[in-house]
Amino acid sequence: MWNYEKRLQYPVNITTPNAQVAQFIMSQYGGPDGEIGASMRYLSQRFAAPNRIIAGILTDVGTEELAHLEIVSTIVHQLTQNLSMEEIENSGFGPYYIDHTVGIWPQSAGGIPFNACEFQSKGDPITDLFESLAAEQKARSTYDNILRVVKNMPEVADPIRFLRAREVIHFQRFGEALRSLQEQLSAKNFYAFNPSFDTGVTGKIDECDC
Amino acid sequence: MLMQQNCECSKPDKEQMMCQINEVSFAINDILLFLDTHPHNHEAMEFYRKYARIRHDLLKEYAKYFGPLTVDTAYESDESKWQWVLQPWPWENQGGGK
Repeated sequence: MWNYEKRLQYPVNITTPNAQVAQFIMSQYGGPDGEIGASMRYLSQRFAAPNRIIAGILTDVGTEELAHLEIVSTIVHQLTQNLSMEEIENSGFGPYYIDHTVGIWPQSAGGIPFNACEFQSKGDPITDLFESLAAEQKARSTYDNILRVVKNMPEVADPIRFLRAREVIHFQRFGEALRSLQEQLSAKNFYAFNPSFDTGVTGKIDECDC
Repeated sequence: MLMQQNCECSKPDKEQMMCQINEVSFAINDILLFLDTHPHNHEAMEFYRKYARIRHDLLKEYAKYFGPLTVDTAYESDESKWQWVLQPWPWENQGGGK
């Protein structure tokens, strides 16, 4: 069950609109490595977690990602306020404007709509955690790409730096979660089976004291 | 021994408490939506205040005996371990099957 907190996890206050930068940054809302995919990935994967540490970190990171997609949406919203028609037409924002005006809709910077195929939930916690670890690094790379573009726009770069730093922390915590699973496994067949599905193997949750 | 038994008796029933929390929480979920579209309704405000208080107290008590349901009440739980992650997650089969 969830409850909403009526605040941003990190403040956003953008005073100078910029449609082109909005078009770039919206990718971290609904793009291939965006925050919607991140949240849905972890909140889906957690049901196959073989211990409560993994269930917990997937739940709590998945929840934090909801706060991140709110930050990214806020950045896009504030970057597209009070735009002139000339700015919209000359910035490359025109195609988005035609379909969504300046509303928030999940798509990549290149215009590809959000799709659940951007993330995986394989029902195998080893597979899933490796995917989650990779996803955090892909999101960090995307934030680095954004930061190269907005380096002279401090009111945009500041919250993006916060989001980038959280990717690094999430990678660390997922690494620890993977380790908690590896410690449940037999050293002889470390990655040869699905510890949440295959029977007769070590690594089931009832063999863990967590 | 007697003291320990008394202690056990004063511990509330876990399932019954969860049932109360579910009921009062749904009352809050529902009145929240009504208040969003009727922010000046006094009767609804009174309803909210009554059940919000009950929910708050129940969440604190539940956290104390059975582990926290919200991170804001986790300080009521066992201070030596992070019960938030050690206690069952809501999709686990009942009876501590996992």
